[in-house]
Amino acid sequence: MAYSKKLLDHYENPKNVGSFSKDEENIGTGLVGAPACGDVMKLQIKVNDDGVIQDAKFKTFGCGSAIASSSLATEWIKGQKIEDAASITNKEIAEELSLPPVKIHCSLLAEEAIKSAIADYKSKKDNKNDQ
Amino acid sequence: MKLPIYLDYQSTTPIDQKVIEVMTQSMTDDYGNPHSRTHSYGWIAEEKVEIARKQIADLINADAKEIFFTSGATESNNIAIKGVANFYKKTGKNHIITLTTEHKCVINSARELEQEGFEVTFLNVDHQGIIDLNQLENSITKNTCLISIMTLNNEIGAIQPIAEIGKICRKHNVFFHTDAAQAFGKIPLNVNSMNIDLMSISGHKIYGPKGVGAIYIRRKPRVRIKSIFSGGGQERGIRSGTVPTFLAVGLGKAAEIAKTEMDQDYKHVQKLGIKFYEAVCQEGHIYLNGPDIYDKNKRYPGNINISFAGIEGESMIMAIKDLAVSSGSACTSASLESSYVLHALGVDDELSHTSIRFGIGRFTTEEEIDYAITLVKSKINKLRELSPLWEMMQEGIDLKSINWQTH
Repeated sequence: MAYSKKLLDHYENPKNVGSFSKDEENIGTGLVGAPACGDVMKLQIKVNDDGVIQDAKFKTFGCGSAIASSSLATEWIKGQKIEDAASITNKEIAEELSLPPVKIHCSLLAEEAIKSAIADYKSKKDNKNDQ
Repeated sequence: MKLPIYLDYQSTTPIDQKVIEVMTQSMTDDYGNPHSRTHSYGWIAEEKVEIARKQIADLINADAKEIFFTSGATESNNIAIKGVANFYKKTGKNHIITLTTEHKCVINSARELEQEGFEVTFLNVDHQGIIDLNQLENSITKNTCLISIMTLNNEIGAIQPIAEIGKICRKHNVFFHTDAAQAFGKIPLNVNSMNIDLMSISGHKIYGPKGVGAIYIRRKPRVRIKSIFSGGGQERGIRSGTVPTFLAVGLGKAAEIAKTEMDQDYKHVQKLGIKFYEAVCQEGHIYLNGPDIYDKNKRYPGNINISFAGIEGESMIMAIKDLAVSSGSACTSASLESSYVLHALGVDDELSHTSIRFGIGRFTTEEEIDYAITLVKSKINKLRELSPLWEMMQEGIDLKSINWQTH
């Protein structure tokens, strides 16, 4: 399968690989996909008091497209307000990386990972405000 | 050393130079139709085809009259399964037994017959991919007409106990077909001592040409088949259509070479296979799929199918792009499902997506294997650093305890 240069760049030199401690208040963690499907993405965001994503990290079990999609996602959301990050769509990711049709689900997973990390961050924050 | 290194010998093999030579000559000289009876062009072509038929028969201790040329093992498997089933259905026999780990062309031929009203038993295999002989014998009914069991599995290198299966089939008067595409020319086969009634053979798996294969069909006691093709009745009506002389000659030559070089080929492949396996598996959490590599009776050592825990198959393949290998994992094959063969062995979901098959053959060199070992080992840690599953495994989290959101 022929992959685009951008995709290969992200696969060969993935950006923002790593983990934050899950338990910290300002960290949101999204874990999406399933081993049975051959794709698991963990995407984490570190959010400051202004609701801006200061930093993002990921780890992905999956094919080259899945790794590249999550690497790109972390690049895009860094510096964005969480509301803006939540509006990133899989279509934008797929277009940027020129994903082949059979790999579209990888971009969908990246979109879900962002949304899931934001939801986790928000629920942590709401819980704290409730206390 | 030429890159990428070809390590996909189960998928196909490079053609042997000696085979190319006889084929080129045949294409130039033997252009007559081997079925033409009215002139010497036909007679000469026919003679060449008959020599090839004998070369193939000699490799499995068959008679040349029992070998029929086809387009490949897929066609041979179709002829064997549908041909036997459809011929004998008038006798009331309508039951076939096969394995869940067979090649798709066997499984789908059986499924097609199922839709036409035949009964098919798909037997499971053990965690190494080997048949349970008691279960096989117990599955035979008075209506069983055919048992089709592959000799050597393409994905996991498992060798079935063919002689024992043959014995059971003979005892119960059931025809025994084996898909020997991966085994023919690689390990010793004897249709008489093993009681094989039908055997499928492929050219391009044994350093011969693509587009040609053969089927062995026993004459004594005779196995009848209903042919799939209608036509001029060539190949004794088993397979109508002009036999492509140069392809038949190529397959014959490849069989002849395989016969003389089988021991040497085997030792070569065994040495390199074990070397690769031992070096790579040192890394930890790397598992060989299929039977024990040291068990000569159960495993062909030229097939090293391994799971790299935490590393999805395609991401590994991209990382080792200097190696031409194959993967049963989701993202590389046309379908998005992981290997049905590994599932049949009971390999966990998270491991079945991490499997890669390294295939070693006659032309693989030790230098190439050394290069492959270094390359694979250098990528394992890097890819595991990227893997959330590996991280969870390191933290002692049971991956099965997580409620994954499957799509």
